[in-house]
Amino acid sequence: MLFDWFVLPFTLGLAYLLVVVSVKFYCWIKALPYSEKQKLKKAIFTTKSLISFKEIVMESLLHRKIFKVNPLLGYMHMSLAFGWLLLILLGNLESRVFNHGEMGPPYVPIFFRFFNPNPTAFAFHHQFSFIMDLVLVFVLSGVALAYYKRLNSNTLGLKRITKHIPADMLALTALWFIFPLRLLAESFTSGSLGGGSFLTANLGNVLNSFLPSEILYYPFWWAYSVSLGLFFVALPYSRYMHIPTEMLLIFLKNAGIEEQNSHSGFTEVELNACSRCGICIDTCQLSKAAGINNVQSVYQLRDIRYDTQDLNRSLNCLMCGRCDTTCPVGIDIAGIRQIKRNESAPGLAENYTYIKPQPVQHADVIYFAGCMTHLTPSIKKAMVNIFKNSDINFWFMDEQGSLCCGRPQLLAGKNQEAKILMQKNKMAIEQSQAKALVTNCPICYKMFHEEYKLDIPVYHHSQYFAGLLDNNLLELNHLNTSAVYHDPCELGRGSKVYKEPRQVLNSIVALNQPNDDGEKALCCGGSLGNVSISSEQRTLVTKQACDTLLQNQPEILVTGCPLCKKTFQKVSDTPVLDLAELVNNSLISRKQKPKPLKKLEKIDQVLNSLVPNQTADLE
Amino acid sequence: MPDFGYKIAKDRQIDYDENKRLIFSEVAAWEPSIYRCISCGTCAATCSAGQYTDYSLRKLILLVKRGEEQEVITNVSKCLLCGKCQLACPMGVNTRNLILGIQNAVKKTTYAV
Repeated sequence: MLFDWFVLPFTLGLAYLLVVVSVKFYCWIKALPYSEKQKLKKAIFTTKSLISFKEIVMESLLHRKIFKVNPLLGYMHMSLAFGWLLLILLGNLESRVFNHGEMGPPYVPIFFRFFNPNPTAFAFHHQFSFIMDLVLVFVLSGVALAYYKRLNSNTLGLKRITKHIPADMLALTALWFIFPLRLLAESFTSGSLGGGSFLTANLGNVLNSFLPSEILYYPFWWAYSVSLGLFFVALPYSRYMHIPTEMLLIFLKNAGIEEQNSHSGFTEVELNACSRCGICIDTCQLSKAAGINNVQSVYQLRDIRYDTQDLNRSLNCLMCGRCDTTCPVGIDIAGIRQIKRNESAPGLAENYTYIKPQPVQHADVIYFAGCMTHLTPSIKKAMVNIFKNSDINFWFMDEQGSLCCGRPQLLAGKNQEAKILMQKNKMAIEQSQAKALVTNCPICYKMFHEEYKLDIPVYHHSQYFAGLLDNNLLELNHLNTSAVYHDPCELGRGSKVYKEPRQVLNSIVALNQPNDDGEKALCCGGSLGNVSISSEQRTLVTKQACDTLLQNQPEILVTGCPLCKKTFQKVSDTPVLDLAELVNNSLISRKQKPKPLKKLEKIDQVLNSLVPNQTADLE
Repeated sequence: MPDFGYKIAKDRQIDYDENKRLIFSEVAAWEPSIYRCISCGTCAATCSAGQYTDYSLRKLILLVKRGEEQEVITNVSKCLLCGKCQLACPMGVNTRNLILGIQNAVKKTTYAV
């Protein structure tokens, strides 16, 4: 049997790695909630597994999402992941062909050149040597980029890179040495014993001309093996645990498993799947605008994983969801932050008995303004006017008193308190026997839409206006001005409503396209999600977002959220309007028109035609 | 004895030697913007919870500063956390975090005693 003592560090490291990873995987899957385990069982022998496999190739090997962030950064990750896999696979193939199909011990393909320095007896040895050298160049180019990234990360599209902990630095150093050491070991072998191809043979000749190759090649094989072994031993405790975990995560996600309200096995998988690539750091407005550099998702996830978290860190987040959309691994970062908030919230101390049941009105449509709208009364007035103009029988639910929807409590982790408020609101909504609920506040919209589990559909006012427009119940003048639309976080990334506000706006104004639009839209900085940021830091975030939106000098800044409006108004010289105000300004009064439809017919018409995915959700 | 409608008023003296100001020091470390409060009452005027009951953030901050622990405990959880006060505050006090800080401090100090 082929053996030399230097293979031990590699072999033992690999065995240790396999044992640790298997034990970890087993524990995480065991710690999944029962319902999620059932989902996994059902999905395992279906096409979902094939989809997962495809996704593993696209994301874990080729790193498609990182290519979208920056091609050079994508290439760096791809050459390391895909290149390394090719080295392993082709090395195995080479060793099998050479040994006539026999597998041999696992270290033989890795150290093939040591055991068979000049394999002339074997048919395709020239071709194999050439391909192996080519793949090594491919991987080494990635390693070179990784070195360069430490010096100048801007070239690879990252303004800031992650600050690593010692375990990561150790694994990183081992990884950085693996491939250069393999190159040197193979070159020295080739220099003294022959063999190799365009890279190793030539480098071997050059090195041999002034160095004693025959003495040096053996220590370099040792060094190569030690660096591999060290990397394998450090892997489960460093960020490189993401390599095996990311694959497991893809399987779990495709099986439909998601974050629950508390820390589960899936949370552990997500935490370990974070590669700390640092793409979320540049995306975070707190780092870009307000100079807060220690709260970004990468640090948050790391601290939870090693259990060194600081409460303030999970509270100091706008919950805007921008990092969620750019994360190449697709980790549910907001979900994990929310879990930490739930765990750390001061418990239930109040049952809000002081809030007595409110007087209820019967109506077709409920209008819920929300707390923030009460601070921007022009939106409230505009909404009421539009309802009246389209002759709809509506009830302004929180006109008096304005009870909160409960979302701020939920975001602060106070779930039980939120539930009490929800019950109180839900009771009033059910008693009014309305057919739909309309709100102009995206925060309330997300809450009613996702948490309340109402029997009636919930619409953001943009969706409602779009429905009215489609049914000719709303006629609008074109105002001949230019405007830019700001996607509120809770509406855009939070509830995936992008189309309707633009549809309504296109019939009133000429829309400008800002730099970060749609899914990439910036947060206004006013977010209720962030509890601990100071008002000065908020203003910095707001200014930066405002400057980006107003780049093309539009005449109006439009948004669909009263809190965004209130926040932007502080810093913007350009007038800031809510969609409702703009619609109200361009409204053609129906009073002059003859023959209005019957009320009941109309409202059914509107509700039936509204956004297909909404009604689909309800079914 | 006939009831003339007069009673001896309850003593309103605030004894700083007796009152525990532990909550205040906890809260000020958690959210230093409590020092900015000028007790103008804008927060209380806009407060949603204040429309249903006699809850007032202005009063709560004063109670915390004076160390009137018992009254702080009875009032601190009435807040709905909606954040209107934060937008209304002219001094930029981070009111939501302040309230969470008071709730945390109450939890900590009452269990610790």
